[in-house]
Amino acid sequence: MSKGQMDFIRCGLLMAAVIPATAFPARAALGGDASTIQSDQVHMQGTRRIIPADSYTVHEIQGASGTVVREYFSSQGIVFAVSWHGPWMPDMRQIMGSYFEQYSQAAESHHSARLGRRPVMVEQPGLVIQSGGHLRSFAGKAYIPDMLPTGVRAEDIQ
Amino acid sequence: MKNVRRFLVFAACSALSCALGCGGGSSSNRSSSGTSGTTSNQTIASSGPNVAAITVNSGPPGNGGYANGAFATATVCSPGTSTCQTIGGLLVDTGSVGLRIVSSVLTIALPQQKSASGSPVVECLQFLDSYSWGPVQTADIEIASEKAGSVPIHVLSDTDFMVPASCSSAGPSADTLATLGANGILGVGLFPQDCGPACVQSSTNTTPPQNAYYECPATGCQAIFETLPQQVQNPVALFAKDNNGIIVELPPVSGAELSVNGSLVFGIGTQTNNGLAGATVYTAGSLTSSSPGNFTTSFNGQTFSDNSFIDSGSNGYFFPDSSITVCSDNSGFYCPSSRLNLSASNQGATAGSGTVDFSVANADSLFSNASDSAFGDLAGPAPNDFDWGLPFFYGRNVFVAIEGTNAPGGTAPYWAY
Repeated sequence: MSKGQMDFIRCGLLMAAVIPATAFPARAALGGDASTIQSDQVHMQGTRRIIPADSYTVHEIQGASGTVVREYFSSQGIVFAVSWHGPWMPDMRQIMGSYFEQYSQAAESHHSARLGRRPVMVEQPGLVIQSGGHLRSFAGKAYIPDMLPTGVRAEDIQ
Repeated sequence: MKNVRRFLVFAACSALSCALGCGGGSSSNRSSSGTSGTTSNQTIASSGPNVAAITVNSGPPGNGGYANGAFATATVCSPGTSTCQTIGGLLVDTGSVGLRIVSSVLTIALPQQKSASGSPVVECLQFLDSYSWGPVQTADIEIASEKAGSVPIHVLSDTDFMVPASCSSAGPSADTLATLGANGILGVGLFPQDCGPACVQSSTNTTPPQNAYYECPATGCQAIFETLPQQVQNPVALFAKDNNGIIVELPPVSGAELSVNGSLVFGIGTQTNNGLAGATVYTAGSLTSSSPGNFTTSFNGQTFSDNSFIDSGSNGYFFPDSSITVCSDNSGFYCPSSRLNLSASNQGATAGSGTVDFSVANADSLFSNASDSAFGDLAGPAPNDFDWGLPFFYGRNVFVAIEGTNAPGGTAPYWAY
């Protein structure tokens, strides 16, 4: 385990805070600002835990139905990545925000490329999507490569 | 890929006579090459009252061509009547639960399930890249000679009831032959219902999950709870006998083949043709666990803890390995310059462990003969899990024991192979 990861976990243990869902008006998530995280939390009827890391914070939303969504928020004030795991797919329209159209086109093209079920692995210049699992057990992530803070690797998004 | 799909349409046409599950026989007399780690003494059940024929082919004509899809046939009847329809081209799926039929394929009327308030019950089912939406209806089901009465099934159609935005957010609709690639899905996975307690109201479960069951009065659809017996059911669990699980039996496939015949056997240890024999039992996470239907796979220094599964509905082995080249024309598959012989170890959630040898071939090469539809060593990348798809089933009898049943050799839910 790297020092960065240890710091990450230690900070998480020390500073994790649970924030109740309250209504703040906003929309969008990936690529959006802080208010969009609040919007997602309200949408998921979830509780939120904030875990600071070196150059970003992770807002972890535990949804009422058991699915966990993590939103990676940079010090520049942008959600540069989202991840999810749990028994249900998250509402992709909600968490992909302004990237939903791009996500939809990628899913459509993936679905029609060759019939048969398989993980969604999309790598485009402006958007990376990895989505896997099966019914009652889903996990995946999406991020904007250009917006990853310096030193943050794709593997750090879990 | 476009060319591949066009040619596969021809393959589908040539397979027309097989559309409703051709042959009861199986290709049981091939010897395993041993290179894919399969057992050399595999016995595939011949036809019998608890044996349904399955065929890996390009799927029902008009679907655009399926890669590594295993298809079976079932008969559905309006409950208690002789108004029945036999439907082939149903994808045999150990990764899901329940019978789902494309609405446009269904020619008989089935009774609509109603909610407590008298509104039609409709289900949303989300896959990774698509969703299926449509009413829950009730049917008597017969597969081989096994029968189940008044089974809630899912009829796929997004035109009868308005699709909630959250349901359609995962991707395009898969509710036609062209978009699903099959006439329906025969979900024969590890569980008796498709949702389980997560969809049942309780003191600890007070919010019905979005993207599961809905009631749809004229004013619009709302998420609802659904009791266990009302949920879409694993038909096997409701059979009068041979109801504790299934065996998928497919012969070895080396490289690419036009089609492959095998058997779907009902029951485990209930008849002379469905004993566990020497199979090792690997337990899986229960439906109420944090990792339902999963076990652990270790591969190449990575451990996918409670994050691995066996899924006949996935068309390849899917796992992360950054050292294997991804195909330039399709980021969903691996294209190594030469065939790779790999090894992984599986560990059950509570019991069972063993090694699996498998191979990864160049997907572009496998797909080069457009009429082929069975691919032994097809693989591709995955985010952070290990998906043992249909290639795992080739040359290996795979047992699927349903949670809550009394299956021999271990505590269900389990796989054995």
